[in-house]
Amino acid sequence: MIEVRGLHKRFGAHTALRAVDLDVARGEVVVVIGPSGSGKSTLCRCLNRLESPDAGTVRIDGAELPAEGRALARLRADVGMVFQSFNLFHHKTILQNLTLAPMRVRGLSREEAERDARALLDRVGIGAQADKLPAQLSGGQQQRAAIARALAMRPKAMLFDEPTSALDPEMVGEVLDVMTGLAEDGMTMVVVTHEMGFARQVADRVVFMADGEIVESGTPSEFFASPTSDRARDFLGKVLSH
Amino acid sequence: MNVITDHLSEFGHGLLLTVELTLLSLAGALVAGTAVAAMRVSPVRVLRAAGMAYVEVLQNIPLLVWLVIAVFGLPEIGVIAGLFTTSVVVIVLYQGAYTAEAIRSGINAVPSGQGEAARALGLTFTQSLRLVVLPQALRTVVQPLGNIAIMTLMNTALAAAVGVVELTAAANRVNLAEAQPIWIFVTAGLGYMALSGLLGLATGTLERKWAILR
Repeated sequence: MIEVRGLHKRFGAHTALRAVDLDVARGEVVVVIGPSGSGKSTLCRCLNRLESPDAGTVRIDGAELPAEGRALARLRADVGMVFQSFNLFHHKTILQNLTLAPMRVRGLSREEAERDARALLDRVGIGAQADKLPAQLSGGQQQRAAIARALAMRPKAMLFDEPTSALDPEMVGEVLDVMTGLAEDGMTMVVVTHEMGFARQVADRVVFMADGEIVESGTPSEFFASPTSDRARDFLGKVLSH
Repeated sequence: MNVITDHLSEFGHGLLLTVELTLLSLAGALVAGTAVAAMRVSPVRVLRAAGMAYVEVLQNIPLLVWLVIAVFGLPEIGVIAGLFTTSVVVIVLYQGAYTAEAIRSGINAVPSGQGEAARALGLTFTQSLRLVVLPQALRTVVQPLGNIAIMTLMNTALAAAVGVVELTAAANRVNLAEAQPIWIFVTAGLGYMALSGLLGLATGTLERKWAILR
């Protein structure tokens, strides 16, 4: 479903990604973990070209991501993205946040778009919030709305860029529950996160990154029980010791 | 006070023309300013350069000079338009440059995640600007746009210099007949104050109505 080959990305003198290869199969849940600055988020943002790589290719469902223009917009429509800071449109209600792209990009009528949107809001448990503005919702509710907004485009795959990092601890669970539900429904997912519990329980595969490279990857049980690289052992020692 | 009451119709016509000049100029400047601001943040280099050149050229020559150039220069190249029309077009283009800069600062104040989220949903750059970024940008710059609107109102007085009989020119004509400059121009000034008061009220109302919850 997602095929990454030889991805390079530099920010000035800093190399954020070097020679990254990654394959995500249909229905697979890949969780990317690693220390800050390891390139996890950059990789995630390159997958729908919010960040344009300096070299390498990304293919979504067989089609290579074009550099820009309408063709890129069409491919992005098939890949949902959830951000750390939610990025709901502040000037629109939750319902309007969900219907904007289906109406403008997919050409759905308002009735169809609103029916889908309300069903999705019910599915993520915030049906009662449809007519509120984003700022009137809690962080956890906003992030669930953002997930519903991405799902409203009926994407083939979903990218999550640290979806729970900006949340108060008591709201992390409700967002992870929605994501777990999605994974169980067979959604193809790439999840950048620091939630080791989620990685352990939901991931089909864990990818560990450090210094812009994929250092190792494997099933959660292999990875957490016996990491092969020193850097992964060191990282796990720090995050799992508390 | 007779100098005023005897010439109410002159003052009235002048005031009406000032209102017309101002409203047409404001509408035009908002359209021109939005278009130029969009060019200045576009991913296309040529559009960005053209937008910047527009702002630099228009802002760095005084409005009075532009008015004189247009009134005398346009007929030379075969463009015949009335003084009122010429003045409106020149004021629109001139205030459009200031409006564009105010709107651009509003665009820069919208968090970059808003545009990213829009593009990640499959909206094109133009759609994300029009549907997500610009509506938020305009709401954040209501106050500076209100200032520009008042500046536009004041600048319509320069049309008097090229023969449009708006409020200032009307006052000047009355003064030529009556030679009572203080009363006559204080009256004109009160007219401008009343109009700018209305613009200020409109700005305040819009700002409260459109405030964005973040």
